[in-house]
Amino acid sequence: MSIRALDTADLLSGLTAPEFGAQTARGRFWSKIRRSPSALVGLVILGIYLLLALVGPLAAPFDPGHDILRDQFQSPSTHHFLGTDDLGRDEFLMLLYGARYTLYLGFLAVAIGLGAGLPLGAISGYFGGWVDLLVQRLTDVLLSFPGILLALALVAGLGVGLRNVIISVGISSIPIFIRLTRASALSIRELPYVEAARALGVPNWLILLRHVIPNSLAPVIVQATLQLGAAILVAAGLGFLGLGVQKPTPEWGSMLGEARTYIFTDAKLVTLPGLAIFGAVLAFNLVGDGLRDALDPRLK
Amino acid sequence: MLTYVARRVLISIPTIFGVATVIFLLVRLLPGDPARTIAGVLATPEDVERIRQQFGFDQPLYVQYVTYITHLLTGNLGVSTRTGAPVTEEIFTRLPYTLELAAISTVLSILIGVTLGVIAATRRGTPLDLLISGLAVFGLSMPVYWLGLMLIIVFSIEIHAFPAAGAQDPLGFVLPSVTLAMFSLALVARQSRSAMLEVLGQDFVRTARAKGAPLRTVLVKHALRNALLPVVTVIGLQFGALIGGAVLTETVFSWPGVGRLLVDSIFSRDYPVVQGVVLMLAVAFIFVNLLVDLLYAYVDPRIRYS
Repeated sequence: MSIRALDTADLLSGLTAPEFGAQTARGRFWSKIRRSPSALVGLVILGIYLLLALVGPLAAPFDPGHDILRDQFQSPSTHHFLGTDDLGRDEFLMLLYGARYTLYLGFLAVAIGLGAGLPLGAISGYFGGWVDLLVQRLTDVLLSFPGILLALALVAGLGVGLRNVIISVGISSIPIFIRLTRASALSIRELPYVEAARALGVPNWLILLRHVIPNSLAPVIVQATLQLGAAILVAAGLGFLGLGVQKPTPEWGSMLGEARTYIFTDAKLVTLPGLAIFGAVLAFNLVGDGLRDALDPRLK
Repeated sequence: MLTYVARRVLISIPTIFGVATVIFLLVRLLPGDPARTIAGVLATPEDVERIRQQFGFDQPLYVQYVTYITHLLTGNLGVSTRTGAPVTEEIFTRLPYTLELAAISTVLSILIGVTLGVIAATRRGTPLDLLISGLAVFGLSMPVYWLGLMLIIVFSIEIHAFPAAGAQDPLGFVLPSVTLAMFSLALVARQSRSAMLEVLGQDFVRTARAKGAPLRTVLVKHALRNALLPVVTVIGLQFGALIGGAVLTETVFSWPGVGRLLVDSIFSRDYPVVQGVVLMLAVAFIFVNLLVDLLYAYVDPRIRYS
């Protein structure tokens, strides 16, 4: 394995169950979260986004067909709270609906990454041997595509659109979860309670399900939170390039990409969607950092 | 040490093959007929057939794969369907622009990032530390493309200080480099802060302070030198972010680099170029990480080469 010490996987691999199992540890965890102002700020921003995504569209029904070209590039008014875009659509409503797509996209992509990465990593670390070798080489290959490139290559092949963006971003977040869960599983399989379970004749799949996976969750939860931010950033990046979610879906990245043409006409159309993406990613990063500080026993 | 180097180099070879295979499969196994896609909507069936033969799509998959790998081994990445020029030529005419941008951004992010990280660590808990740590989270959360556009609005449209596009004059480098550097800078600042904090808490630093060495000497000679080790590894990590960022930054600033080439080629369905650029960037990433691992093992005697 690589000796890079700073992979999040390695950083977080020290976290296993004993620190969080007991009620007192859980209490400590919550008090740490409460005392972390940045995590609280993150949670508040996140709450606002969730509220906007859930309630916003109900409060303000949106008609995508209602693009009236003579209304284009209007300044903010009582009728159009944030003015209108290049097609005369209400910018505020577009942003409001964008929250829904962005969160939906982020959660589903991370769910794919988790759903595939967690079991693969647990199996790889628990069983070792040729299974491990195979999974690790595959992970190496997937991790060799730097940054946004794997998602970009997948979208280039699969084609654009909401579903394909989710699949592409999801697949590209699988390897980090494999690495992370494997690192935890490696240390958990040596622990006495696993040995005891094995001595009692508990089948391997049950040990994996009951002991290995639940006890490797702490670092995985931290990474999943940070990965939500990363997934949103990548998906919006694809949208910006014109390779993501397509119009008329009001996705922030593609709104930004389209507005780029009108940067000289109406700077607000560029500023606002980007600010919305920035806020969402920032919120997940702040919460993720807070969780890590609360869960990492070395930082006490 | 030599065995370690040999082992690490040998491990990268199957990874590179794996990457090449994934890229190969990506184009061939996906739904749709690649020949038809390359030919375009207006092509006649004869055109499609000609392209199918020209690119060997009529051959069985394993034959295509063997041909692809043999070509790769001889440095042949195929021919661009858009311009007809060899893919390697397309890449090498664009590469210098990306390299220049990446080099400037790397230097910026390391110089500023390490400085900020050290300042934050030595003043832990002060408002200055909070400010720097806060800015680092901002930098990590900011969409690169949005930052680029904001810089254009402020520095090109409002005060006309720097051009918004193009690589013709040195001033044109300013905005793209700053844009591309921001994420890496934040990453390096954060990493060097935590590395520095870890080192500052260790016995040898306290000993050095106790025996009366001036703070400056302790910081630079004892602490920073040890904290730099983990920072070295971040350079490998940030290279990945840099490449991903370059694709976006080059699009924002109409920069004639390989990132822009990749995006243009995806739009024009120029699959040989897409394949070639992705492969080249992935291989570059593998090599940088290899170098970082070796460098790390070389500078840190605690690492055993087993």
